[in-house]
Amino acid sequence: MKQIVILSGKGGTGKTSIAAALAHLASQSARVVLADADVDAANLELVLAPTKRRVQDFKSGQVARVDPGICTGCGLCEAVCRFGALHPVSTDADDIGRYAVDPIACEGCAACTYQCPLEAISLEEELSGQWFLSDTRFGPLVHAHLFAAQENSGKLVTLVKQQARDLGLAQGTDYLLVDGPPGIGCPVIATCAGADLALLVTEPTVAAVHDLKRVLATTDHFRVPALVCMNKADLNEARAAEIERFCESLAIDVVGRIPYDTTVTNAMVVGKAITEFTDGCVSREVSRVWERVTEFISARSEY
Amino acid sequence: MIVTVASGKGGTGKTTVAVNLALAVAGAAKAGQGNDRVTLLDCDVEEPNAHLFLKPLLERRREVGVLTPVIDETRCTHCRRCAEVCAFHALAVLGNQVLIFAELCHGCGSCTLNCPEGAIREELRTTGVVEEGRAGAINFVHGILNVGEAMALPVIREVKKNATEANGEGLVILDAPPGTSCPVVECLRGADYALMVTEPTPFGLHDLKLAVEVARDQLGLPVGVVVNRDGAGDDGVDDYCRKEGLPILLRIPLDRRIAEVCSDGVLLVSALPEYGSQLVALYQRIREKVGR
Repeated sequence: MKQIVILSGKGGTGKTSIAAALAHLASQSARVVLADADVDAANLELVLAPTKRRVQDFKSGQVARVDPGICTGCGLCEAVCRFGALHPVSTDADDIGRYAVDPIACEGCAACTYQCPLEAISLEEELSGQWFLSDTRFGPLVHAHLFAAQENSGKLVTLVKQQARDLGLAQGTDYLLVDGPPGIGCPVIATCAGADLALLVTEPTVAAVHDLKRVLATTDHFRVPALVCMNKADLNEARAAEIERFCESLAIDVVGRIPYDTTVTNAMVVGKAITEFTDGCVSREVSRVWERVTEFISARSEY
Repeated sequence: MIVTVASGKGGTGKTTVAVNLALAVAGAAKAGQGNDRVTLLDCDVEEPNAHLFLKPLLERRREVGVLTPVIDETRCTHCRRCAEVCAFHALAVLGNQVLIFAELCHGCGSCTLNCPEGAIREELRTTGVVEEGRAGAINFVHGILNVGEAMALPVIREVKKNATEANGEGLVILDAPPGTSCPVVECLRGADYALMVTEPTPFGLHDLKLAVEVARDQLGLPVGVVVNRDGAGDDGVDDYCRKEGLPILLRIPLDRRIAEVCSDGVLLVSALPEYGSQLVALYQRIREKVGR
């Protein structure tokens, strides 16, 4: 089974739209498992319309809690908290500034619990999100929802991918397609782990070119081979040429040049993959991307 | 007054709005309409883009990161207390060796505080840089996370310190990253207003709802919306904003010309000056809401 992750660096370049289309194309001649690693803004399900088969809680990390019945407001906890999570709150009759934890700021480091002379602070496990195993028209999908304002997105990404990978291996799947998150930090690093190929979706704009270089440095750092696909390729000839030159200098293939076309948005609005919605030039170019991706993977497998 | 520009969904135009708002307000101040000092903090430390548009003259640079433990082996008795108290499994004691997994360390200082032998001191492990300077009349600060580093938060916190230094004076615009998890929350905490930039599509709406939940419901911030690429998709965003009573403060139409302008790093208010006055009006509405 080969794992293909779709990243970009810059947000909004078209990762999810392309992921959905590749899932459609791949499913026509191969066995596919899908994963949505963009756990705090999971959009793949808006196109794939999954039927959930399994729902699991995701618990990660802890949150501190001060027992107001014990706290005497000495403030030692606030003094050691480096995350600004402890504040005195005014109380009723006795006017002691007892402390309370801001659960959003709290990182669960527990430093306060060790410092409190009265053991007034305890830690509670946090329910941070949920993950799902679903059926879709292209194959099984593992996806998740990290609750708003939660941490540990990298851990949830790792869990989603692990579940997808285990499922794929058990079913003799050919491809695990992972729709990745934007950026280069923790969730992207987790997405890279174990990938056979990173397809980097970019666009010919100064911002995307800048961000492409950083995400490419990241995939390189984690030793994941990369291919580049340019979306809205005809938006700016000079920037497109810059991307081509840059990729050539690093011996990275540009495997697609999808034109700027409202068809992509129109497909999204009706909940269809681009290649389901139309067979025009955008669709044909996406098909070419899939062909080149599979060729690249086959060629590498021969070594 | 601190205005955080966020979105949920990536690529909706946060940076475009943030930098052009900064320029419009600074321009109005120069023209004698108010005397607000304008500061732009680019907190998308994984992929900072604001500097590509504002082209600031950077004057100061400092390395930032996480305070990580260093063990004095001459004092260490291998009692394992540090590993016990570490909530992130960043320390392990094997035989007579203390292993530190620096990339897991959150810099909380708990191991240092709890070592009974005083055998731990902390050292800054650099994970990024913060650069400061000026773009015309705009004070500019951005953070850049080093490639390969997982944690954006420590660098974002360092950039945010500049908001505190501005001391509530003038307008501080904070350009947030995409998403709704901890980096975005850190950008919204302490802000006076959350300006959400969205696109009128199912993806845009889905992620806008998540972002509004964080900003309005969890953090209690007033929220306003900018609809970018207006006309591109469907009415879902408009319907949602109407239902939720979220003011749409600006609409930028779907216009290939605008995309081309931005693709070259050109400022919208330079190429299409009509947006300058619209952004100043947006700013005035935010001021009225916040009461500053």
